[in-house]
Amino acid sequence: MDFQVVVLAGGSSKNLTPLVSKELPKPLLPVANRPVLTYVLHQLEQSNLKDLIVVVEGEDAALVVGAWISGTFIDRLHVEIAAVPEDIGTAGAIREISHHLTTKDILVVSGDLVSDVPPGAVAATHRRHDAAVTATLCSIPVSGPLESGSSVGKDKAKKLGRYNIIGLDPGKQFLLHIATGAEIEKDARLPKRILRAVGQMEIRSDLMDAHMYAFKRSVLQEVLELKDAFQSLKEDVLPYLVRSQLKSEALSNRTPQGEENGNEKVTSLNNQVFVSRILANASIPSFHDRSSETPDGSAPTRKTHKCCAYIASSSSYCVRLNSIQAFMDINRDVTGEADHLLSGTDPNNNIGPSPKLGTKTTVGPHSMLGEGSEVGDKCQVKRSVIGRHCRIGSHVKVVNSVVMNHVTIGDGCIIQGSVVCSNVQLQDRVVLKDCQVGAGFVVTAGSEYKAESLARKEK
Amino acid sequence: MDTRRVSRAVPRVRQVGFFTPNTPAQHPVPTRSQSGPPTSDSPPLSGSPASNSLSPVMIPPARHLSDNLGGRTAALPVPRHGNAGDHAIVGSYNPSESVLWLESPTRSRIGDEEFSEGTDWYRRSNSAKFSSSLPSGGFNLSPVKQPGSVAALEAKNPLPEKSEAQKEQASNSKPLKAKTTKAERRALQESQRAVKASSKAEANKSSTPGGAASSKPMKQPQQKKDGPPVASSVAASERIGVDRPVEKERKKDLPPPRMQFDDVSRVGKAKRRSVLNQPEARNRVELFRHLPPHKNGSQLPYLESKFFELHEMHPAVYKVGLQYLTGDLSGGNARCIAMLQAFREAIRDYYTPPEKTLNRDLTSKIGGFVSFLIECRPLSMSMGNAIRFLKSRIARLPLTLSESEAKATLCSDIDRFINEKIVLADKVIVRHAATKIRDGDVLLTYGSSCVVEMILLYAHELGKRFLVVVVDSRPMLEGQKLLRRLVAKGLSCTYTQLNAISYVMHEVTQVFLGASSIFSNGTVYSRVGTASVAMVAHAFGVPVLVCCEAYKFHERVQLDSICFNELGDPDAISKVAGRVDLNYLDNLTDKQKESLQLLNLKYDATPSDYISVIVTDYGMIPPTSVPVIVREYRKEYLLI
Repeated sequence: MDFQVVVLAGGSSKNLTPLVSKELPKPLLPVANRPVLTYVLHQLEQSNLKDLIVVVEGEDAALVVGAWISGTFIDRLHVEIAAVPEDIGTAGAIREISHHLTTKDILVVSGDLVSDVPPGAVAATHRRHDAAVTATLCSIPVSGPLESGSSVGKDKAKKLGRYNIIGLDPGKQFLLHIATGAEIEKDARLPKRILRAVGQMEIRSDLMDAHMYAFKRSVLQEVLELKDAFQSLKEDVLPYLVRSQLKSEALSNRTPQGEENGNEKVTSLNNQVFVSRILANASIPSFHDRSSETPDGSAPTRKTHKCCAYIASSSSYCVRLNSIQAFMDINRDVTGEADHLLSGTDPNNNIGPSPKLGTKTTVGPHSMLGEGSEVGDKCQVKRSVIGRHCRIGSHVKVVNSVVMNHVTIGDGCIIQGSVVCSNVQLQDRVVLKDCQVGAGFVVTAGSEYKAESLARKEK
Repeated sequence: MDTRRVSRAVPRVRQVGFFTPNTPAQHPVPTRSQSGPPTSDSPPLSGSPASNSLSPVMIPPARHLSDNLGGRTAALPVPRHGNAGDHAIVGSYNPSESVLWLESPTRSRIGDEEFSEGTDWYRRSNSAKFSSSLPSGGFNLSPVKQPGSVAALEAKNPLPEKSEAQKEQASNSKPLKAKTTKAERRALQESQRAVKASSKAEANKSSTPGGAASSKPMKQPQQKKDGPPVASSVAASERIGVDRPVEKERKKDLPPPRMQFDDVSRVGKAKRRSVLNQPEARNRVELFRHLPPHKNGSQLPYLESKFFELHEMHPAVYKVGLQYLTGDLSGGNARCIAMLQAFREAIRDYYTPPEKTLNRDLTSKIGGFVSFLIECRPLSMSMGNAIRFLKSRIARLPLTLSESEAKATLCSDIDRFINEKIVLADKVIVRHAATKIRDGDVLLTYGSSCVVEMILLYAHELGKRFLVVVVDSRPMLEGQKLLRRLVAKGLSCTYTQLNAISYVMHEVTQVFLGASSIFSNGTVYSRVGTASVAMVAHAFGVPVLVCCEAYKFHERVQLDSICFNELGDPDAISKVAGRVDLNYLDNLTDKQKESLQLLNLKYDATPSDYISVIVTDYGMIPPTSVPVIVREYRKEYLLI
């Protein structure tokens, strides 16, 4: 369908320390025992998109991710791995791989997206309106573990600032205003022109940018070229395109048509105009057309481009893994209410020795135990994910937590609302509450931590 | 007037035309070709296969059949061929035709002339057809061109087939004997052979030649007598459209029987094939259940999610389909242009797969696109005609062309179709119609027709001073868009709803209407409500001008708007846009909803009686002349 797919997998995210490390870049962070990238790739594969470009920050990370993808999807997907320098932002990443982009439209998906929004729907909306950019909006996920009511304090502050203000036209098809994150503190500025053209605008704060975009390639490339300072697609490029949709300085949707007209030698220009007028009269005019045409109804003079929005239905699941809290939430949801995301992702995961449970050990609902894990006697596992080959002693309580692979947990430990990374050793009677334990860390016996981030010191 | 009546009578007579084209027949052909040349004194007609397409309409042989009946019997001693079955047809067939003939004695002179010409075409077309269809018949090629050998063949062949039934039949028709002259007798023989040939052809087609020969002929005449003339004429006219020299193509071109959506088993089959979910046929009005149910917006997410899975669908086609489905694009011309442009894109990006030929593969590909578009929204007649044009162009591509040449040819063909049949046609129509607008006129239009809009704007540019009344109706309210554009150009307009039509009509001097399609009987198929406007105008004695490009004409005959129509979104009529408070139908209980059926028809049929003139790119014609245009036009684009 003439779409190129770019998956922005990212690299080591600061938000997620200490969970991610050089050895475990963000794309491979296990969510319900599968690397988070699996979800995106699986989603794309289901939509019959098999030629992908996966952009990874950092050479090392690219190698690791590349090895994993070729191991997992070798016969199913045709993936190109592109390594870009770190800290150049999403826009920078696209700029780096710009010369690889050839098709008319480009689908940009964030690698940390866990959702069931069909990419095809976004692409179809994009095509239908012949838009310059189409952004996927989804309702803001319910955050924090509802059951326990406690959440990671560090994230709370961050959450408060993370507002999205999104303006839509009455038909809910066009994006009129978008402001995210830090911008909110400042006054929201709206171009008068847009307001006048649309007449009515719906402002919503319950929607979130899901970071799945369809761009018109020519527009995207031109914007990236013109504006060197743009770092992020979400915070720079998209608001810029939305702002300037009625006085398009960058490419407009007219330009490609103009090229086509130039190629038509058979038909006179006059007829072209005639035909396009018939078409224009027959279609429902968007506010772009209305505003661009001069009062006397002559041909449009001002250049415009369209910014569309695809609003995912409220029933679909769509969360980005961009914070530790989100990581917890996704783990909870994927094992719980959104378990359809798991189905068919990777059947291999289910093969292997099943976990061994000791006597009087209970594993509650919404929990998952990886293969080869051993749980001792009289343990409790509730709403938690436990990775592969973990050894858990007896009298251990794991609630609302994520325990990754190869973790050893001594007897009598209590783990609540925490993330325990791979190869961690928890000695006996450790109590963790709302903690993150970095990979390879050793927690000494009897220690108690609350809302702390524990990680090995960098050597 | 006289000619008109003749043309009206045509459909009935066309039955004969229907018989003739199906003749890959062997025996009678030689005779025809033998006697053909002597009588053929109109070279232009006989020369080209173009006349083939005309053959069905000239059909007066019917009449000639009947009045020569006696002659034939007189010639009985010399019946050269024929078997029982064939004669049985002729016998039972003729009486009905002779009745027809007696009913319309006014045709005397004209009819005769027509007739002599007619038979001539008739023969020529058959002989031409013979040569082309011969491979399938596989009988004898040489006799077509060499009358001498024909005679020889005749002597050998038909004689053994003589039978007693023939004599029997002869005695039946004896009473008419005295009236006929020798020449007429001769002519009758010719025509009878033709009839026989056709019936034979049918017999040959069926698996059991002997049985079918006797059973089929019996059936046909019966149909003719029993079936209402309307039905038969519909059938005939549809077949006429199909009459083309190459038998195979003719078959392919026959429109498949339209899907009847109340047929459960077929709907089920179609569901399995289709890309879209067929919405279940729930709560639809009994009378309209056979129509394809409206694909409402709920289909959109489904289609969207399949976006990348339909990889055989070209993006341009997909986009057009999406626009049809969502209603972003409406209006016959616009939809047709959009479709053709999408096809052009698709052809441009097309590459013939290895081990396939462009002609065949591209045709099937286009077929796939078309069925996708049909699923999004039923095609309009104009689009059907355009598709037929495109397919015939593909089929006629010379095999010698390289792929790129072929694609370039097709693209330029599409461009030409858009330019000639739509753009230029519109310009011509505008010129024609503008001459009818005088200063001080009050012009009424209904809905939003792009041609009518152009006419009004053009007349305004010419400096004519007139008022426009735009009549509109729910739920589409298309008139408002038209109104907006007209007012922007400085025309003085009045806007009113359809229910006020009788009040406004007093003031109006002319009514301009657009059309989605015009059928062979002059019926105008257009946006629902058009019929009422035309009817009211007729009652008030206001002339009704229907502006329609000739490519929208269709050879079908339709008398009502029930058997073929399009259903709109049923919910659209129960809701008023912008008035949330008008929700009387919203809070019905489930049981009440079950007994409530909403009907939102999109089109209606205006009988030709209410139409004063049709303005088309071939000039201003009365509705009765539509079949002529259909015939000529068809010939033009199929046989270029």
